[in-house]
Formats: sequence, structure tokens, C-alpha cells
Amino acid sequence: MSTATARRGRSFAMPKKVGPVPVSTLLTVVAIVFAFLFPFFFDSGSGFIGDSTTALIYVVMALGLNIVVGFAGLLDLGYVAFFAIGAYTMGWLGSSWFADANVHVGVSEILQKQPGIHLNWLIILPCAAAAAALLGAILGFPTLRLRGDYIAIVTLAFGEIIGRIAVNSDEGVLGIGSFNLTNGRSGITPVDKIDLPFLERFTTLNLRPWYWTALALALVVVFINFRLRDSRIGRAWIAIREDEVAAVSMGIPTVRVKLLAYAMGAALGGMAGTFLGSYINVVNADQFEFSFSIFVLAMIILGGLGSIWGVVVGALALSYINTRLIPDVFNTVPSKLGLDFDLTQLGFGIFGFLLVIMMVLRPQGLIPEKRHQAEFADVTGSGDEPIVEVRK
Amino acid sequence: MESAAIPERPPRSRAEAARESISKYGLIVLLAAMPVWFGIKDLADDGDLSRLANNMKDGLSNGAIWALIAIGYTLVYGIIELINFAHGDLFMIGSFVAFGMIGSVGLTIASAGLGLVLGLLLILVISMIACGSLNVMIERVAYRPLRDAPKLAPLITAVGFSFILQNVGLLWLGGSHNSVPDLVSSQNALFSIFGVNVNNGDMLAAVVTVPLVIVLVNFISRSRIGRAMRATAQDPQAARLMGINVDTTISFTFLLGGLMAGAAGLIFALYQTDVWFFSGFIAGLLSFTAAVMGGIGNLKGAVLGGLIIGVIQQISDNRIGTEWTAAIVFAYLVLILVFRPQGLLGEQTREAG
Repeated sequence: MSTATARRGRSFAMPKKVGPVPVSTLLTVVAIVFAFLFPFFFDSGSGFIGDSTTALIYVVMALGLNIVVGFAGLLDLGYVAFFAIGAYTMGWLGSSWFADANVHVGVSEILQKQPGIHLNWLIILPCAAAAAALLGAILGFPTLRLRGDYIAIVTLAFGEIIGRIAVNSDEGVLGIGSFNLTNGRSGITPVDKIDLPFLERFTTLNLRPWYWTALALALVVVFINFRLRDSRIGRAWIAIREDEVAAVSMGIPTVRVKLLAYAMGAALGGMAGTFLGSYINVVNADQFEFSFSIFVLAMIILGGLGSIWGVVVGALALSYINTRLIPDVFNTVPSKLGLDFDLTQLGFGIFGFLLVIMMVLRPQGLIPEKRHQAEFADVTGSGDEPIVEVRK
Repeated sequence: MESAAIPERPPRSRAEAARESISKYGLIVLLAAMPVWFGIKDLADDGDLSRLANNMKDGLSNGAIWALIAIGYTLVYGIIELINFAHGDLFMIGSFVAFGMIGSVGLTIASAGLGLVLGLLLILVISMIACGSLNVMIERVAYRPLRDAPKLAPLITAVGFSFILQNVGLLWLGGSHNSVPDLVSSQNALFSIFGVNVNNGDMLAAVVTVPLVIVLVNFISRSRIGRAMRATAQDPQAARLMGINVDTTISFTFLLGGLMAGAAGLIFALYQTDVWFFSGFIAGLLSFTAAVMGGIGNLKGAVLGGLIIGVIQQISDNRIGTEWTAAIVFAYLVLILVFRPQGLLGEQTREAG
């Protein structure tokens, strides 16, 4: 489905191929079917299903950031803010945190008896997406006049400010009053489990429904990304990324288009945030640090900026490296080499290393986007067929 | 940004001049807001300004450290238009080198007199050279291969290197704070004027920073290689045609930035008597804010910005609460970037629109 969409989008450059179903489409279908069946090969509480669920949610987050950085070319280093908004929306609307309130909509009987606001996740999801999109547009607004690295700095500063507010709003919002909004580093816990019709009960022991929900969310987001990229807006984003001045002179309303990119990216981050808040069962300020923004950025760099399947692969790879490879497989390596340190501590050092290596050796990513590949390709030509003349 | 395309700037209209001065003085008003507010509060509560004056003095000493780091940002930005994200962490490595060398040189709290001065001078030189050469190496590995790549690429490697350096620090001295022997008894008052206690630590900051900045400013404005740096900053292509070795010049710029970061590292270690692997991140952001405030690419602006940020930070630490300092400084950063991206002394750049 998706590869077919991709081809249609580029059909202005290449003649449409007619014939049997392409291998790549078949592979995609097989991969998706496998992804759906995969939990049956494991115990329902298996840690591997748990890690895969996290990985799929990171895919959603990375695809959100990919809209901002990959498509529109606005380097956003404060993406964690939208994760925070999503997670806090989940925490506020789906837990006993506001114990005075007594609102229950579409939740199980056990939750009906508890105080606080308890809404079904399906209601919280659009709320969080809307809140994050609004925040994204607000935070994006000051960057409209800026370019390049200045955007990076402003978004970073916003990410940090949101993080500080999260940490410090346990006694008064913004230091005013004494209302405990976020509970700082202790966090809001427990958070309601996702509750969906037609699926088994979501518990900590049965991770399959979590996994399927995450997979469905990820697939929907992949689809949205393809449709967006091939849409008028998507082309406008890419035009802005390639050459803003030219885009403006072609009549692209940069303000609206840029704000849309921020809002779309933020909405996806917020949606992923609600899921993670519920899944991890706690929303605390320590989750929302700068390093998380870099973690997500590393995923899309690894996969290939702007390339949707690349970002999916990058997110899965880094997530598994983070949850499986570093703690389980490689953790004994330092001691075998006679070195005394804990490799899990160095996770972000390894990601930093990865960023440098990727940028120097293969800046276009594992599965590069065609247009980006051309941009990064050597002027002298190294066998890569030149697609378009790209201004350096 | 659009004005860059117009070959000759039309004479400025009155409205334009007014807008310009509003953006310039607006920033100054914004910066003066905090000291003035707390000054009035002090006068109302205590009847004198000594608390505010002490805050400002501490702020200036801290600001000297940020100024030295900000120089590194501004030099590098001036020449290759890259925000060297790893610079704050380079400073952290500098403070770690200083911390390590204190033990190796054999300085203890008991050392005094000439031995202490010579020892500290030696440590200063070593940490400066260590940071300088590390910075040159980073440029060689992470930025030079990407000189012709899209601008996002070196920025991302800079972020990557920032994380690498942070983790080097983590491996080196662990995740906890390390306390540095208080060699100069930095909190002991040296003398006092108008109720402001000038401590040993403040003196140290001044004694290291002032000569370094004077030498650096003169070096860049007078020497041959300084001229090459300015030429490269203006137009690398033309500089190359004039026989300037652009690669060497850029390496040299990184060296200078690294030297300053190393010096800042030593002052920081002795002044705060505490080194931590994560201190580079926040120091980097503070100093970057300082560089932007002064006008990025402008050396004197970086120093001025550093001192101002130091004062803002100290007042916020002392009056509002340490936990809000970072948020306040970042809010300033955003306000500056939005309303006066060229800073106090800087000129309009393409980037800043």
C-alpha cells in the first residue's frame, strides 16, 4: 500500500511501471502481517513484547519529529516538550490526580469507583493531540523569522523551559500559588491503563493488547505520513526545506506551512506521550530531559531524514539497541576487556557517537530519501545517478 | 533577510530608525528590569543596595567564566557559522583536567605563596592546551568533513560530540559531584568596598579573565593570523584566493576557543569548588545565550553578554530560586532571538533574519 503511494507521489519524475505487484509491496505486507502475529510466538508477559511496544511508540514519535525536521527542515531540539504535554494530558485526564473532581467517561467499573478524572484513552488521545498541536504552533511561532541553527536553539530553549516547569510545578504553577500540578520528579502515578473495546484487558502481565494498540497506532501514523508527504502541504514542506526563498516566490505561504509542520509533528508526539504515560504507568518530570529529544533525533538521522521507512527502521533499531542490545548483550563487554564501567550509563554517549559517525560517513541515513541523497551526494559524482540539480 | 538581496540599502526612514532603537533599547530595558526591580525592593526593605551589589559582584565573577566560554562560541560562529554545541562540554572537560591536575601537581589546601601561584599557572596552561587541542581534534573529525554538507549536518555532529564528551566525563569521574580542594579559599574576603566583599575567588576570576581577553582581542585585531581569521570570516572563498590557508585558520580559531574554555574550566573548578560531568550542558547554554546577547560573532559582545548573563543568573539564584534560573535564562534567550537576533553589539546576519 505504502510503497504504491510513494511511487504515485513521484510519478512526475518517473514513468509509472505497469505489471505484477512489486516485490517491495509484497515484503511490506508480509512484514505487517508478521508484526501482527509476532506476539503469539512469545509469552504474553514477555519482556520482548514490552520492548517492542516501546519501540513502536518511538516509531510514532520519530515520525512526528520527521515531519518537522525531515520534511520541513526545521531542526527541532525541543521535541520532548510535546511528549511531556501528551503524557501530562494522560496523567491529568486519566488518573486519580485531581482527587476532588469526579468525572468518569467510558471507563471500566473498577475505575468508576475511584475519585479523579478518568476518561477513556480514545478520548484523551485527540485531546492530547490537540493540546500538543496548539503548543507546537505557539512554540513554533517565534521561530518563523529565524533560520537554521537559531531555530534549533529556540526550540531547545523551549524544551528546557517546559522541562523546568514540569520539575518545578509541584508547588504552584510557574512558582505562583501552591497548587501541585505535576508533582515534579515524584510524578503522577498510577495512570489508568488503556481500555479498548474488542481487546483483552490491558494489564502489566498481558502485554499483547498494548503491543497491538501500539502497532495499530504506528501503522496509522506511517500511513498519515505518506499521505501528508505526497499532499500539497507535504510538497510545500519539502520546498521550504530545499530553498525557502524560492518557495516563497512560488507562492507558498511559509508561515502557515511551517506552523502546520510544527503542529503536526507535535500532535504525533503528544499522541505517543499519552500511550507511554499509560504504559509506563507514571508521568514524572525526569522523563522530559533534553537527551530524549536527541534520542528521537538520532532515530531519524540514523534512518534517513525525510525517509518514512528509514525513520521507522531507525526508530526500531535505536529503541532495540537501547532496551536490548546495550543492557543485555553488550553489557558484559567492558568487564571482559578489563574495564570497569556500566555500559547502560553510556547509552547517550553511544547515540552521540552514532550521530557523528552517521553524519560523517553516511549523512543520508540507512534508507535515504531520494532528494536528500542527491543533496548529500558528492559534486564530482560517485556513481549516484543525479536526479535533480540541487543547490548546495 | 530579504534586504540581503538588495544591493544598496536605501537611506533609513525615520520609522525604521525608530523601530531599530526600540528593538535595541527594548533589550536593554528588558535586561535592566531584574536588577532595578530588586534594587527598589532592597531600598524598601533594607534601606541600602548592598545585597544587590553583592549579587552583582558574584554575578560578574560567574559571568567571567561564561564570557570565556562565550568567546569560543562566538569565534567559531563568526568563522564557519556553526553553533558548536560541544563547546560547553569541552569546558566541562577543562574543569575535569584542572581537577585532575590539582592532585597531580601536588597542590593541597596547605599550599600557599609562590608555590600555589606557579602551580595554578601550570594547571592553567595545561588545561588550556588540553581543551585547545581537543577542540582542534573535534573540528578535524566532526566538522571539517561536513564543510560542504547542508548546514544541519555539522550541527548534528556537534550535538553528537556534546554527548560523547559528556559521557567521557561520566566515565572519568563518575556521575556524582566531585568536590575540588578550595585552594584559594575562594569565599574568603580579600577586601571590601561600599559593603561589597571582594573574595579571593572573584579576584582569581578577574586576574585570569581580564589579561586573557585583552591579549585575545589584541591578537585578533593586530596579528597576521588574526587578520586571516577575520578575512575568512568575511568570505572564505576570497580569503583562499588571497593565499590564506582557510583550513589552518579555522583550526586555529577552534584552538583559541578551546584555550579560553580550558581557562574557564580552571576558574570554575576553583571558584565553585565542584566539578560535575553535566555542568557543561548548562554552562554551554548560558554561554551561548551570552554570545547571542552580545551579538554572535562579536568578541566584545560575547564578553559583555557573559557578564550580563552572570548577573542575571546570580540575581535569579539568590532571589527567585536556583530551580528557576535555567528557565529564566532560556526565556531571555528566546526573547532576544525573537526581538533582537543580532544582539546588543552585533550586526544583522542572514541567519537571524
